[in-house]
Order: sequence, then C-alpha cells, then structure tokens
Amino acid sequence: MAVPVDHLTKQTPASSTLRLAFGNVLAFFILLLIGVLAFSIRLFSVIKYESVIHEFDPYFNYRVTQFLTKNGIYDFWNWFDDRTWYPLGRVIGGTVYPGLTLTAGTIWKVLQSFNIPLSVETVCVFTAPVFSAFAAWATYLLTKEVKGTGAGLTAAVLLAMVPSYISRSVAGSYDNEAVAIFALIFTFYLYVKTLNTGSLFYATLNSISYFYMVCSWGGYTFIINLIPMHVLLCIVTGRYSSRLYIAYAPLVVLGTLLAALVPVVGFNAVMTSEHFASFLVFIVIHVVALAYYIKGILSPKMFKVAATLVVSVGLVICCAVVAVLVAVVASSPTKGWSGRSLSLLDPTYASKYIPIIASVSEHQPPTWPSYFMDLNVLAFLVPAGIIACFAPLSDASSFVILYLVMSVYFSGVMVRLMLVLAPAACIMSGIALSEAFDVLTRSIKFYISNLSESLQIDAGDSVPANNVSPQNEVLKNEKKEDTLKERPSRKNKKKEKENIEKPSVKSKTEKRPLVLPVEASFFALFLTVLLGGFYVVHSVWAAAEAYSAPSIVLTSHSHDGLHVFDDFREAYAWLSHNTEVDDKVASWWDYGYQTTAMANRTVIVDNNTWNNTHIATVGTAMSSPEKAAWEIFNSLDVKYVLVVFGGLVGYPSDDINKFLWMVRIGGGVFPHIKEPDYLRDGQYRIDSQATPTMLNSLMYKLSYFRFVETDGGKGYDRVRRTEIGKKHFKLTHFEEVFTTHHWMVRIYKLKPQRNRIRGKAKKSKSAKNQNPEIGHSLSKRSTGSWLTESGWSYGFG
Amino acid sequence: MFKVPTLLGSDPTLKNPKTKTMAKFSIAIVFTSISLLIALTHSFSIEKPTDRRILVLLDDLALKSSHSIFFNSLQARGFELDFKLSDDPKIALQRYGQHLYDGLVLFTPTTERFGGSLDVAAILDFVDSGKDLIVAADASASDLIRNIAAECGVDFDEDPSAVVIDHGSYAVSGSEGDHTLIAADDFIQSDVLLGSTIIKAPVLFKGIGHSLNPANSLVLKVLSASPSAYSANPKSKLSTPPSLTGSSISLVSVVQARNNARVVFSGSLDLFSNKFFKSPVQKAGSSNKYAKSGNEQFVTELSKWVFHERGHLKAVNVRHHRVGETDEPAIYRINDDLQYSVEIYEWSGSSWEPYIANDVQIQFYMMSPYVLKTMSTNKKGLYHASFKVPDVYGVFQFKVEYQRLGYTSLSLAKQIPVRPFRHNEYERFIPTAFPYYGASFSTMAAFFIFSFVYLYSK
Repeated sequence: MAVPVDHLTKQTPASSTLRLAFGNVLAFFILLLIGVLAFSIRLFSVIKYESVIHEFDPYFNYRVTQFLTKNGIYDFWNWFDDRTWYPLGRVIGGTVYPGLTLTAGTIWKVLQSFNIPLSVETVCVFTAPVFSAFAAWATYLLTKEVKGTGAGLTAAVLLAMVPSYISRSVAGSYDNEAVAIFALIFTFYLYVKTLNTGSLFYATLNSISYFYMVCSWGGYTFIINLIPMHVLLCIVTGRYSSRLYIAYAPLVVLGTLLAALVPVVGFNAVMTSEHFASFLVFIVIHVVALAYYIKGILSPKMFKVAATLVVSVGLVICCAVVAVLVAVVASSPTKGWSGRSLSLLDPTYASKYIPIIASVSEHQPPTWPSYFMDLNVLAFLVPAGIIACFAPLSDASSFVILYLVMSVYFSGVMVRLMLVLAPAACIMSGIALSEAFDVLTRSIKFYISNLSESLQIDAGDSVPANNVSPQNEVLKNEKKEDTLKERPSRKNKKKEKENIEKPSVKSKTEKRPLVLPVEASFFALFLTVLLGGFYVVHSVWAAAEAYSAPSIVLTSHSHDGLHVFDDFREAYAWLSHNTEVDDKVASWWDYGYQTTAMANRTVIVDNNTWNNTHIATVGTAMSSPEKAAWEIFNSLDVKYVLVVFGGLVGYPSDDINKFLWMVRIGGGVFPHIKEPDYLRDGQYRIDSQATPTMLNSLMYKLSYFRFVETDGGKGYDRVRRTEIGKKHFKLTHFEEVFTTHHWMVRIYKLKPQRNRIRGKAKKSKSAKNQNPEIGHSLSKRSTGSWLTESGWSYGFG
Repeated sequence: MFKVPTLLGSDPTLKNPKTKTMAKFSIAIVFTSISLLIALTHSFSIEKPTDRRILVLLDDLALKSSHSIFFNSLQARGFELDFKLSDDPKIALQRYGQHLYDGLVLFTPTTERFGGSLDVAAILDFVDSGKDLIVAADASASDLIRNIAAECGVDFDEDPSAVVIDHGSYAVSGSEGDHTLIAADDFIQSDVLLGSTIIKAPVLFKGIGHSLNPANSLVLKVLSASPSAYSANPKSKLSTPPSLTGSSISLVSVVQARNNARVVFSGSLDLFSNKFFKSPVQKAGSSNKYAKSGNEQFVTELSKWVFHERGHLKAVNVRHHRVGETDEPAIYRINDDLQYSVEIYEWSGSSWEPYIANDVQIQFYMMSPYVLKTMSTNKKGLYHASFKVPDVYGVFQFKVEYQRLGYTSLSLAKQIPVRPFRHNEYERFIPTAFPYYGASFSTMAAFFIFSFVYLYSK
C-alpha cells in the first residue's frame, strides 16, 4: 500500500531532491490508479445488469437532465412541470438542487462539442463513478493537508472503495450524493488549506466550492454548521489566528451570498435556523479579532481594563442578538427548523410527528451491522486515527476530529448520513494506517541499518550515521513545517511567536521516535496488510453483490437458474403505449418519478414529497373502500391506478407492506381513516383474521384481485407467508387492465360512471354481465413466452 | 426511451403471420361493410342527431292500424319505420358491430321473450350506445318490460294486476264505474320536453303506474297522476293500503342517460292509440269538455324530444387566448388576462340553430373553481367571457358544465397549465426597497474609499 515516501532515509541533499521528485511521480501514478480503481469498482452494476438509471430519485434527475439538454438552462430554471403533482404542478427550477443536473448537462455538452456522441443517459449513468474518482483525489488533498502525503494516499485508496460510498455512487445511481460527496470533501480541503496557508485566494476558492455544494445537495447545512463549530473550537482553545479569520469570514459572506443565488435555497440562506450558527460565530470571531487587535496595540495593563470593557459590551450585544434570534425563531411554527433537520437533533421527532419522513427507510436510524457492512475495518481503525490526530494536534487535525465526531452522531440518527461519515472514517483510518506503516517500516529500517552498520563495523568503517537517521528525518520534517508556515507568518508578524512555539513542542515530543522490535514489526506489518486485504475483499464483494442491483430490474437465483424480474419496465412501457398522453396515473408516491420518467404519464404524487395533503389524499383513497376511493380518484381526474404487488413472487417491498404508512399518512390529514381499524389486536395481517376495513380497502382489493386463480384456490401470499383473508371478490368501480408477467405491477382503470341509474326493483337476471370480463384474456396473455417476446432494446441516442 | 420490438408482438393470437393476414382481411371486410352501411342510410350522427331508422316491435300486427296516427306522424316527419312482430326470429339490433337502427319502439307489453337475438341486455346495450327507446307497458306488462324499466330506474307497480285508479279525476266519457280511464293533466313544466304550445286538453291514460327514485337525477316524471290516484286491482277489494298513491305515481316518464340516450316509459299503450287520440275528453268534476283529448299533441311533442328533434345541444369552436392575441397558448402565466369563447347550437330537427340562454357559465377549475363566470352571448350562439387568471399556478381546466332540464348535458373540459413568473418577469427594482439599495451601494462606495485611503495615504 501507500508507503510514506517522504520518510525514506536520505543521505545527501541531491539524492533527497531526487527521491522527493521520484516520490512525487510515484504519488501521482498512485493517485491515477486510485482514480481508475474508484471508477472501475463501480461498474459492476453495468456489467452484471445493464447501463440503466437506478432506483427512484435518479429517474427524476435523469428526466430533468434530459429537459436541460433539450431546452437549455433558462428554460430549466423556469420549468413548470405540469406532469407531476397533478393538478398542482411543480416548479422544478425552483425546487431542485441543480448541481448534479448542471454537472451532467455540462459534461454532455462538452462531449458533444468534441463530437463524442454519448447519450444523456450514458452520461448520467457514469457521472457518479467519475465523481467518486474526484472524491478520492479530494480526500488525498484533505488528508495531505492534515497529515502528509502518505496518509493522504492511504485515505484516498480507502475512500475509493468504501462500501458506504459505493452504495450511493455505483454506475447508474445518478443522485445528488454522487457529486455532493466530492463537493463536501473538496470544500473541507479548501477550508483546511486556507487555515494552513491563510491565503485569501484559497478562501475565495472555498466559497466557490461551497457554492457548488449548495447547488448539489441539501447536506450543505452540514458544512455551514461544522465549520463554525470548528472556528468556535479554535477560539475557545486559544487557537485564534488571522489564518482562521481568513478561512472563515470570507466563507460566510461570500458563501451566504452565493448560496442565496441557488433558487431552491434563496432566502433560506439567511432565514432558517440551520444557518444561524454561522452568523453567530461570524459575530464572535469579529469580537475576538477586535480583542486580539486591541491586545496588540495596548500595554498589558491597559489591555486588562479594555478587556473587561469589551467583554461586558460584547456580552450585552450577544445577549441582545441571542434574544432577537430566539424571538424570531420562536415566532415561526416549526421553530424555524425544517422537519428533516429536527429529526437530526431528536431522532424520535420524525416518527412521532411526521409519518412521511419516518416512512422512508433511509431516514431510519441504522443498525449496528450496517456500520460493519458499510465501513468494515474502518470502524476499528478510526480510534487509532483519532489518537494519531492528537499527536500533535493542529488546526487541521482538530477539524478532522470534529468532522468525524459530528458525522458519527448524524449517521446514528439517519442511515442515509452514513455517507457523510464514510469520508471522515476513511481519513481517520488513512491517518492511522499511515502512522502504523510509518512506525513499523521505520523500526524495520532501523534494524536493517543497524545490521548494515554492524557489517560496516566489521569492515572497519565506523560512521555513526544510522543513529542519527531518524532524527535527520524529524529535522527535515520540522524544516518542511517551517517553510510551510513561513509564508503567512511573513505577512503577519504577530503570529510568528506562536508558530515558533509549536514546532519546538513537537520536536521535543518526536525527538525519540518509537522503535519496535523487528519481529513484532514484521508481524504487525503482516497483520495490517491482512486487515487491508480483508477490507479490499469486503469492498469488492459489497460493490459486486450488495450494492449493484438497480432495483428496477430484479434477479433471483434458484435451482433452475437465474430469474429476471423486469416487471416495472414492462408496466411502464404498457402505460406509455396504451394510454392517452394526458391520462393521470395514481400510485403510491414511491413510483411517481419512475412513472413520469419512463411512462411519460402525469402522476398525482411523486418522490418529491412536498405536499403532505396531496399524499394523504392518495393514502386515504388507497385505504378507503372502493366507492369512496373511486370518488377521490375521480375528483383528481385519475384514469389509472397502479399498485405494486409482491405476493406472487415474494417481493417484499410492495404496496401491501407499505400500506400501514398510507393509512398513517392518510389518517394524519383525514381523521376518518384510523390505524386501529386496519389492525387486529395491534397486528397487521391480511389473512382470515384481518379486520373488515382492511379486507375492504382498495389496496387489498387491487392487490389480491384474482390472486386466488394463480395457485388453484389457495391464495397463498409468499411475502406475508399466509393465505389471504378474502379470496373471491369482484371489483365494482375499477377494472383490471394490465398485470405484469410476475404480477409485480398491476394496473387498474377507473370505470366510467354508470350510464343509467338502476331502479330499486329486483335485479334482473340477464343484466349481470354488462361489463365484459377481461380476466380471461389476461391470463391467456401471461402464459405466452414472455421473455423472448419483449426483449428490451436500449437506445443510445 | 424504451422500444418494444413490435406492437403486436405482445398479443399471442396474432403471432402467426397467416392469422395476421386473415385478421387484416376480415378487418377490411368489416370496414367496407361499415362504410357501405353509412353510405346507404342516413344514420344518426353527431352532425345530424335526429334518429332516422326506427324499429317498431309489436305484439300484434293489429296495433299497426290501431295506432296508425302515431306511426303516420312519425313517417311524415321523415322517419323510416320498420315494423316487426316481437317474436320474429330475424330481429337484430346490430350486425357486424354496427347498429341497424337509431331508435326502438317497444309496443309489446305482454311479450315475455323476443325473437332473434334480442333480449334485455341487447336493449340496454342499445341504450348505452346512445340510441333512443320508447317503451309502452300495459295492464298486464310482462317481466321483460318491467326489467327494462327497472334497469333504467323506472319501477312499475309490482302487483301484476294493479292498474291506476283515480276516483277524483277520471275521464267522464269512458266511465264504466271502475275509474281506470284517467284524464291526466299534471304535465312537467318544460318547453323543451313538451313543446312551447301548452297542452290544454287532459291526456287519456289507461294502464299501470310506476314510481321513480327521487335520488335518481336521470329520470323525470312527464305526466303525473293526480293526488287522488292509487294503484290497485280494480276487480278485487282493497285489503291492504296500495303501495303507490297520489301524485307520486308517474304515468309517463322519460330517462336521459349520461350518454344522452333518451327513453320514454309509458304505463299505457292505449295512450298512443288512434282511439284515445280522437276521443273527446271531460275530466270528472270539471265542466270543460274538449272535443279532442290532448294525447296526440302530448305524444307527438314527446316523440320529437325522444328522437332528438329538440333539446339536443352541441358546443363547438372552443377557443381561448390572451387578451389582444389570437393564438391559443399552450400555457398561461398567473395574472394573465384571457378570453374564452364557445359556440353552442341546438338541433332543430333539420338544422343547427343558435342556442340562446343567459345562464351558461365558465369555470376555471383546479380541484375547485377559481373563477366562475356567466358568459355573455351575442345571441348567435357565441358565448364568451374574459377574466384574469388567478394568482395560483397549477394545471387548470376550462370547464363548462351545462345541465338543463330536457337538454342534453354539455360537459366541456380543457386542460391548461398555468405557470408562475419567469425569473426575468419580476420587477427589477421595487420602489419600497430603495432605502436598501441606497444602503448597500453607499456601503460599497464607502468601503472602496476607505480601502483607497488606507492603502495609499502616507
């Protein structure tokens, strides 16, 4: 793995420059290979499945990107989408984080201008792997700022294949996180770089990088809270310097201005609580700066007097500001915090108050195994990394520690934020591994040089160079550190004192480097390499098996070979070929993005869950009996209803399993839907013990209509592992129009209103089958050799 | 994005190329026969909604002569009548999926089974495809007739021997003591159903009564019994209170289905007979004696309505555009001023005449009407309104829901999205914000001067 190249023993200045150059070239090629690794490990999904967009949100991003490439940026900015959230519509340009879309759109434009005719879809599929290579390089830069090149390379290679990040950035996973993680790490790098150099140039770059992050992901609030927190930490621990000021103040001013330019953020950048911490710290740092300035121009005695004055005035101002803030925040109904942010602070908040947030599986707290699954050996290396960061503690390393601590907390709240923890864990583990290699190789080298020395003594040549060699190295290190910090100190004379202090402390502690016995060193080296090996094996397995499934195409292995379930695309293709362009399709919101992107039909609700009432309306319809549901859907001009049903093939994330959330969300707005009505003694069941409300709900009926015909009268549900409660029933207000090959997607049409209204007299015998039975033709259809008939072909252009 | 190899590939029946060509061939035959049919007959169409070909089913061919005045009046108005006995084995309403008739007259109160392929389902299917129907029941109405009526929301008295008896307003001339010949004059107040001339003479009625569900919005009582009427067997003594009494008894009702198919139900076949048409009438307790009953006028006017010679509306040329423009935009912006216009015509039996009313309303609708406005008319069929798009974006609809008694329902809906302002459509500078502009620009200037002074003084 990455051997710390700087630490190779050098005898003469000439050979040391040569070695340095050689090391740089080596590092460059290692980085190149890390980029290739990061890219190629994410291609399993394309190789094992096909080059498709994955999951749900990526389909929306893909659709937006298509719009962007077709209509240009101004139309994208002003795009009012009338095909989602019917009849409310959605202002896409003002409610979407445009970073990812603009990035992919730009890449596509650039490729087109080079006459490389890649389709938009291909560009979208491969955006995430490309950006994970960038993220690995950014990690290298950040860690290098903290602990040197060796740690940087180790961290980069760890990040290139950390499973947590792979899960979000495999080819086809075209989501905001794909570019946002790169932006996050790069922003942190530029912050640390500014902190180390005190250069206004890097501070400006930092703001621009922050702007890109704001464009890309709502997670930018993590940055705008973490950096102030670090600044505050530095001030409290007496580490205030002008470098800190330069690193922070421009970021707040420029960053906030730039963030407000993003339509989706807009005035939120100054109005919501998530941003208040940065402004508070902005005030604090100015007070502190003033204090240091006054301290510089006054005599110590005068300063004491001034200090009491300033502190008292400062306290008054602070109190006033805090009071104003509290008043402003308290006047808003949610106390100024959005629901998602509140659930970060209080993990139980969402499940208590906002079912729509709690219903999303990635908003749940993670389980312990998921830490091992997503981070693997990093989880054990992180503590070692923290220790390494404390020796010695610099501004940069304290920042990394803070980043780690905060991200660990947030990942414990929401499994999705494991993604933010992953880079921190990689940096820490990189530092730990690098330090370990450093110590171990140094011990071995020490032993070897001792050996050669004894040989040389035998030869009669006694040069006591080897004892010195570790010290030499330390001296060199010191020198480097000095040159590094000389530039800013030249600019700011007052700071020089403390700069000199620090290295001297360090050199004292490092005067006697740790040297282990050689056998232990070899053994430990072997173990560390083994550890790394395990990590590589696990990561490759995770990339190949666990995280590459596109979830739009499912596969299952059984004794008679591989089964492919392509029902989703079958259903969407049916919709796009057999329904009118303006027809409205109602389904649970999970399938909204896919329906608009793949079937090009108007949907009522989709994965952008901005209107709770609208979603509750659909949830209520799904939980209501047929007639009431028909009325709700008809009032929304719905023509087709789509349900996902896994009972036949055992696909667990189907609508029956999500049904309780529909009841909860529906009941949250329409109180006549009560959750206990759907539960028998607190248990959710669909067998003969189920409640009548449950068995009469639209969702039950649409899922299990004609289900009993599939297995000769038993009606055995393979997900719930039980026989269904109500087997034979007819639909009065809906008619089945399409069911996919494995029954995973079922599409129903709303029957039109009756042409005549029947009298109250007895039912006539002959009028019973006015509606032609469609079941027959359907079952015939699904016996056809289906796979050969509908082989999908993909257009690349 | 996806391409399915062939559209027909998913249909297993058409996999074989041979069957495919066969299918094509048969489709071609059907198409030619349809076009021939259309060419040969003046069929009911959207452009000419009046029925032309009418099948008349009779219990007995004697009815053809005993009801000749009614049939002759129809023929005189240009209808082609096709008389058949109800048990004729060749009766068919449609051939090759195409309807052979535009209207059906069932003067078959006693028939239990039709000949040929005709049954209740076929008749209801006929109605559901927009065709019209006249059903006359009589004292001994068969279950078949009752079923047809029940399916349309008309419930004849379940007692098979019951007839409508009225000791208060019976017809004096036909009085034999049981008061089953009724002189009814409680008509529905509607010009479109019964014509603009008031029917002065009472209508003679002898037959069974029926009731309607008040919640049913599709059926209408055209001729009601008087408050003193009841429905019972005149031959037996009344042991239990009759189920149908008073003016809730309907003698003649009409149904207009949601697809604008029209049906007339009469509890009396004699209502249409020459005898009743010609007989003089005097209502009991009234001194007015009429030389001729109101039957002919009533039946003729009602048949004009049921065969779409009156009360059939069409809306054409729906237009909308911004004020000052003529092209129809694909999307509106909030606060746009727009104009909407529609032309409404009524079919007079031979041509489309402008429909004149002052109560046609336009809705600008998104889950609920945001704008509801009565349209003004130029008295030549053109209705127009102009209004401001509300300050709400979303997918709206222009909706005209026009439902009036006796008229076919007009239900127009046209989807139109409304978008918010574009980024460059807002005001660039707001007057109220001038203090802020002043503050920021003066700060900028002051900072510049300060920097200049700080850097270059001394």
